[in-house]
Amino acid sequence: MISNLDYATLQQLWWLICSIVGALFLFLTFVQGGQTLLWQVAKTDLEKSLVLTSLGRKWKMPFTTLVLFGGALFAAFPKFYATSFGGAYWVWMLILFSFIIQAVSYEYRKKPNNLLGSIVYELFLFINGSVGILLIGAALGTFYTGSNFTLDLYNRVTWDYSLLGINLRGLEAAFSLFNLSLGIFLVFNARILGALYLLNSIDFSSTPELESRLRKAPWNNFLIALPFLLYVLICILFMQGFNVDDAGVVSQVSSKYLSNLLAMPYLLVMLLSGIILVLYGVLSSYFKKSNKGIWFSGLGTILVGLVVLCLPAFNNTAFYPSKLDLQSSLTIFNASSSMFTLTTMTYVALGIPIVLAYVVYVWKLMDSKKLTAKEVIEEESY
Amino acid sequence: MVDIDLNMVNWARAQFALTAMYHWIFVPLTLGLSFLCAFFESIYVRTGNKEWRSITKFWMMLFGINFAIGVATGIILEFQFGTNWSNYSWIVGDIFGAPLAIEGIFAFFLEATFFAVMFFGWNRVSKGFHLFSTWMVAIGSNLSAVWILVANGWMQNPVGMIFNPETARFEMNSFSEVVFNPVAISKFVHTSSSGFLLASLFVLSISCWYMIRGRHIQMAKKSIVVASVFGLLSASYVAFTGDESAYVVAQKQPMKLAAIEGLYKGQTKAPIVAAGILNPDKKPGDNQDPFLVKIKIPYLLSLLANRSLNSFVPGIDDLVYGNDEHKIESIASKIAKGKTAINDLAMFKQARKTNNSQEATLSLANFRKNQEFMGYGYLNKPEEAVPPVAIPYYAFHIMVALGTLFPIIFAVFLFYAFKDSLTQKKWLLTIGLISGFLGYIASQAGWVVAEVGRQPWAINGLLPVKMATTNLAPANVQTTFFMFLGLFTLLLLAEITIMLKQISIGPERGEIK
Ligand code: HDD
Ligand code: HEM
Ligand code: HEM
Repeated sequence: MISNLDYATLQQLWWLICSIVGALFLFLTFVQGGQTLLWQVAKTDLEKSLVLTSLGRKWKMPFTTLVLFGGALFAAFPKFYATSFGGAYWVWMLILFSFIIQAVSYEYRKKPNNLLGSIVYELFLFINGSVGILLIGAALGTFYTGSNFTLDLYNRVTWDYSLLGINLRGLEAAFSLFNLSLGIFLVFNARILGALYLLNSIDFSSTPELESRLRKAPWNNFLIALPFLLYVLICILFMQGFNVDDAGVVSQVSSKYLSNLLAMPYLLVMLLSGIILVLYGVLSSYFKKSNKGIWFSGLGTILVGLVVLCLPAFNNTAFYPSKLDLQSSLTIFNASSSMFTLTTMTYVALGIPIVLAYVVYVWKLMDSKKLTAKEVIEEESY
Repeated sequence: MVDIDLNMVNWARAQFALTAMYHWIFVPLTLGLSFLCAFFESIYVRTGNKEWRSITKFWMMLFGINFAIGVATGIILEFQFGTNWSNYSWIVGDIFGAPLAIEGIFAFFLEATFFAVMFFGWNRVSKGFHLFSTWMVAIGSNLSAVWILVANGWMQNPVGMIFNPETARFEMNSFSEVVFNPVAISKFVHTSSSGFLLASLFVLSISCWYMIRGRHIQMAKKSIVVASVFGLLSASYVAFTGDESAYVVAQKQPMKLAAIEGLYKGQTKAPIVAAGILNPDKKPGDNQDPFLVKIKIPYLLSLLANRSLNSFVPGIDDLVYGNDEHKIESIASKIAKGKTAINDLAMFKQARKTNNSQEATLSLANFRKNQEFMGYGYLNKPEEAVPPVAIPYYAFHIMVALGTLFPIIFAVFLFYAFKDSLTQKKWLLTIGLISGFLGYIASQAGWVVAEVGRQPWAINGLLPVKMATTNLAPANVQTTFFMFLGLFTLLLLAEITIMLKQISIGPERGEIK
């Protein structure tokens, strides 16, 4: 069956697969969000240990999903991988740095003789959750606002955006109000998810203050996130977008993303239901004292994430537009790998449901009992 | 074509070497210690003896400390292809990206999922499922080695693809050829078993330290027995697969083989250099003796390279200047053909642009005649095709010497362990303690042989390293180089002090003496 798919279908399928991985990553940033909440919600060593042990059991998930996101883009859209990572050098480098310091922090924070002291490792976690996610948001924003590159005949990328004579190599992405707002929204959304996840996974019988602080967090963070979300949405509806015509010529068209939404109404439905689900998760944990909010807000985040990634790519749109030279812009069709590779990778992707199945199974098995203070004190903990 | 900033190329190489070598400090221990933990835990589950449980938990804790920094240093390697080698990523992304993606899907998720069970699941899941998880972590980490080595093997011996002149890049046409590339297979078996070996040496070394200090004797003895059995098996296998690797290198990368042996003039019945000091002034094509001093073993190189005592092994001079008798084409001739191919390709692209289909067909046909030499067209002079000789030569000889030593060490340990007289053999315990460090040296040396010996190619014979980079001002790469150097060194120091502290604390108190 897969061998019968035509090239264009495969290319779209692979954008969808990459988008799903990206959207799952956004859900999993509850780990990063939880990290930024640490100092705010956990005052005693026990509380800190509860929060970090609970997050620490999951920290590899967003990390590995990010790695997979990179790998999938490399295999399916190598021109994007080469152009964006090589071009927007500094955004990606700083994002990577923020994940490098995360990886050691859980394991090393509480160990004796850890050289830097536990505060530094907590700071590393904070940087990962704030700067890291903010920059990821800014990088995502460039799918809408465009970047400053040109490609030559051999597809070598030249990046040209200077401030005070220094070529910023991608860092300028963080100077756009739109990109920045998307980033800030993601940071606060991650904090919402983080609090909801912790509410769901910890047994608060010996730390009631921790619970009451966590109960307030989703709502408070939602209030901060809301204006940024609204700003991003309004911009998307009215901003110029990058259209590709049948001959492959890229041009700027007003309200392009609005027309994409109308042309693909299911995206509109997903966007609205996503936002409602996020809101429901927040409200139910605040007013109804429910501990299941993470599942609603999490699913909502996945839906919103999917829309954010699909909207600038489908319906004849250039997903990685160049502001300097429109015709250098990348589309699903000109940036993908060959038909043979995409077909092969599609067979490989049949394994993804199996991976998802055992991830979910093990997750359920490990989280069937809430994390108690006793466990943190007597057994392995972070 | 495009101007190349050699300064950028060299900083990018330095950065890749730095990050890869840091990654490789931790990776082999992960590969091997995960299996050792699985062995210890299997013994615990079979015997039900709590002591084995503590032993398992002790080594698992050290595993965790190492694993965290292994992961931290790994993520940068994956993205570095895009950031520093973007031309490479674009030209070969179709082939090279696939194994990296598969590694992410199948191997890293296995590790990530079951790692949490292994560390936090002791009282959350059943004994059987816990053991299963530990095995899954071991299998997952070794699966990741499969895919990354498929990728690396392809760079050493590119197969399973064709050049598409329309896009001026390589496209995969056989996935199975990429996966079952003989170089990938020899790399996987040699590399993973070298990881088992290194981890066995690590366990041996720490256990010897306890014995010397007279602490945790029971745990140390038990650990030594398991590690020595595993170590002896893997060390023998490492030597066997190393020999196989050398054979594959001789067949696929004769220039690399000549470099690691310091062989300039090809020979039939070629002897191997068991040890020797290179003449630092030696240049390809001159008449100096490549060695100041050397000890030779007759015939062995011919045997190693071609599995035949009388066969001819080409030297650097034969490969560079050609050898008519043995039908070896000179690099100068390959460069000339390569330049023609590059020219024809440019003409083809130009013809396509101006819609001149007759001209396009013609220049494409011309290009096809020489396309396999295209990579050589980027070289400026024949000598550029020679890798640095001294570094891979010494690295190779250190690796092989240590590779011969390790099986002997394990055998001696097993002998005295069965006579139960290890505690009295202080000299042996000291050797055991030191051998842990030697394992790291051999392992790093291995990659130096493989990678420096591949120079000047990013993809052997097809794409020189200097053509693979990103168009980026060197200052950027220089800055990130020092950022990585600083950060990784800091984290490495933290890892070492934590590790040493945990070793001096030892296994859980109360359960073992
Ligand atoms: C033979 C084995 C081997 C080799 C040659 C490499 N790695 Fe590695 N890598 C591993 C074996 C491994 C591992 C044993 O699976 C690690 C070490 C610790 C860990 O968690 O997994 C790992 C971790 C690791 C991670 C973190 C993944 C995660 O767990 O989320 C990434 C992204 C990479 N590696 C990528 C690379 C790249 C791009 C390499 C080459 C240029 C590379 N590795 C060489
Ligand atoms: C983890 C173990 C590895 C080590 C220690 C290692 C070591 C090195 C060294 C020392 C260099 C510099 C060579 C020079 O410029 O003279 C290098 C370069 C390089 N290696 Fe590796 N390598 C490792 C794994 C890999 C793997 C698995 C791949 C591919 C998947 C790879 C791809 C490259 C590339 C692309 C370069 C840069 C281009 C070049 O200089 O050849 N390396 N590596
Ligand atoms: C009898 C001993 C050994 C022989 C004959 C041998 C041979 C080789 C050869 C020829 C290569 C280069 C392969 C290539 O460039 O593609 C290699 C690479 C390597 N060796 Fe060894 N080796 C031996 C022992 C060891 C030991 C003891 C270790 C580590 C504990 C080790 C670790 C490695 C590693 C990590 C590589 C790089 C990966 C690869 O290219 O396969 N080797 N070895």
